[in-house]
Amino acid sequence: MSRPGRTFTEAAIAGIGATEFSKESGRSELQLAAECSLAACEDAGVNPADIDGMITFTIDNSDEVTLARCLGVKDLAYTARIPGGGAAAAATIFQAMALVNAGVCKNVLVWRAMNERSQYRFGQNPAQGQMSYSAGNGTGSLLWCVPFGAMTPASWGALQTSRYMHTYGVSNRDLGYLAVQQRAYAATNPKAWFYEKPITLEDHQNSKWIQEPWLRLLDCCQESDGGQALLITSLERARDLRQKPVKISGACQSIPYNVEVISNYYHDDLTIMPEAWGTAKRLYAQTGMQPSDMQAAMLYEAFSPHALMQLEAFGFCGKGEAKDFIKSGEIAIDGSLPINTHGGLLGEAYIHGMNSMAEGVRQVRGTSVNQVKKRKVENVLVSSGMAGAILSAV
Amino acid sequence: MTEATEAPATPKPTRIAPIVTLDSKSFWDAADREEFVGQKCGDCGQFTFPPRPMCPHCHSLARVEVKLSGYGTVHSYTIPRHPHPFGFKEAPVVAVILLDEGIRFVSNVVGVTPEDMKFDMPVEVMFEPTMNQHKLPVFRPRSTR
Ligand SMILES: [Zn+2]
Repeated sequence: MSRPGRTFTEAAIAGIGATEFSKESGRSELQLAAECSLAACEDAGVNPADIDGMITFTIDNSDEVTLARCLGVKDLAYTARIPGGGAAAAATIFQAMALVNAGVCKNVLVWRAMNERSQYRFGQNPAQGQMSYSAGNGTGSLLWCVPFGAMTPASWGALQTSRYMHTYGVSNRDLGYLAVQQRAYAATNPKAWFYEKPITLEDHQNSKWIQEPWLRLLDCCQESDGGQALLITSLERARDLRQKPVKISGACQSIPYNVEVISNYYHDDLTIMPEAWGTAKRLYAQTGMQPSDMQAAMLYEAFSPHALMQLEAFGFCGKGEAKDFIKSGEIAIDGSLPINTHGGLLGEAYIHGMNSMAEGVRQVRGTSVNQVKKRKVENVLVSSGMAGAILSAV
Repeated sequence: MTEATEAPATPKPTRIAPIVTLDSKSFWDAADREEFVGQKCGDCGQFTFPPRPMCPHCHSLARVEVKLSGYGTVHSYTIPRHPHPFGFKEAPVVAVILLDEGIRFVSNVVGVTPEDMKFDMPVEVMFEPTMNQHKLPVFRPRSTR
């Protein structure tokens, strides 16, 4: 007989749930949170009353206690919020896993819900918007970038990746291959905002400069309204629930010294994302796996160059080789590593990366609309840079 | 405002003023005096940026303001085209400057067209006014090689 808090329990993702993804949800963020949370519980076959852990992003506007009262959660044992904007996406899976591993919680709900198009816009100049300086919300960007005209996430991201693009000769046209592939995935995904709207490389090259000469409009994620939730429980319990269990083989956060979210200019080498290298190192050490063990990957791409830098960080190709990896079709559905098969944040929606976590689950379940079939999906990497997880079939 | 003025007035600065926190106050106060200063540990002497209350190397709380050379190179840059940055007439060149002291600082490169921007080009500090009577350090191509 083991005591609570003195056990090790394998964790699994048992449920995923989302609202529709739109530009104007027409309802409150709290309602979106409640709807997607309920959907995740129903997908799993878990009574929402039995949720005992709740995790979201620092900048999510829905109060956990209020959400718990919507869902009828009867005895909440743990709540937490994770900093770093979208970097929190995979970290929610990590922290939920750790709670289950430690026997602290049995049913952990993670969610992210936002009206990030109809109610406010991250890409708006802060002088005209509501962005404010607070912990866990890109502090460096606002303090040290805004007075110089770098006022939007795209400007901070471009400053971060331009040294990488310059060093390895990555042109904006090179990035276009990623956008074209992800929009092709979105075109066959009925949930995607850009369903049935593929683009060509010429469309990409004709889209307006957002950050010259690095990022065009079609290199940038969407702005979306919507909610996405996951339900994490023990692997043992997940086996008896409604869906095929998706084991969390490994998950971690990684925030190396002097790394910042997006205004990431102070660490040693701007041609890499040290946080993603750190995440990769930890994940591979935890699981004993290597890049070739993954059949697909969901890589956080608020801006397309970040997907390239993560491909390199996780060892799917060498430093500076991601542009050729993408161009040669390796990320297509029959390539060696299909990525962001739902269309990603560029093509499906921008639910702060959480919708990409859900696609990782679907690939392991075998239920993606763009299912990888060339190889049987055993393991999928999901990454939000500062955090990642390896999701596995059992 | 359509009021006619007699003498040509200096146009009012439209650039957003910096957010001054307690830990960065000495940096911005110096900038208002057109001085570009860095934060050095009062005990172990190492530079840190952005400013912080504790030295990450020796945990000293002693901080010394040191006048920086004002010289550096362009480590990365971008031109924010859309949305147009608030308070700027023309889209500025935003750059990460690698200072000769080995620390990095986000700023503008002025007096250069976007087409003439080059990685690693040498630059030197100067100051521009902001709203609310502040000044901040920007950079121009270095005059002498
Ligand atoms: Zn020190």
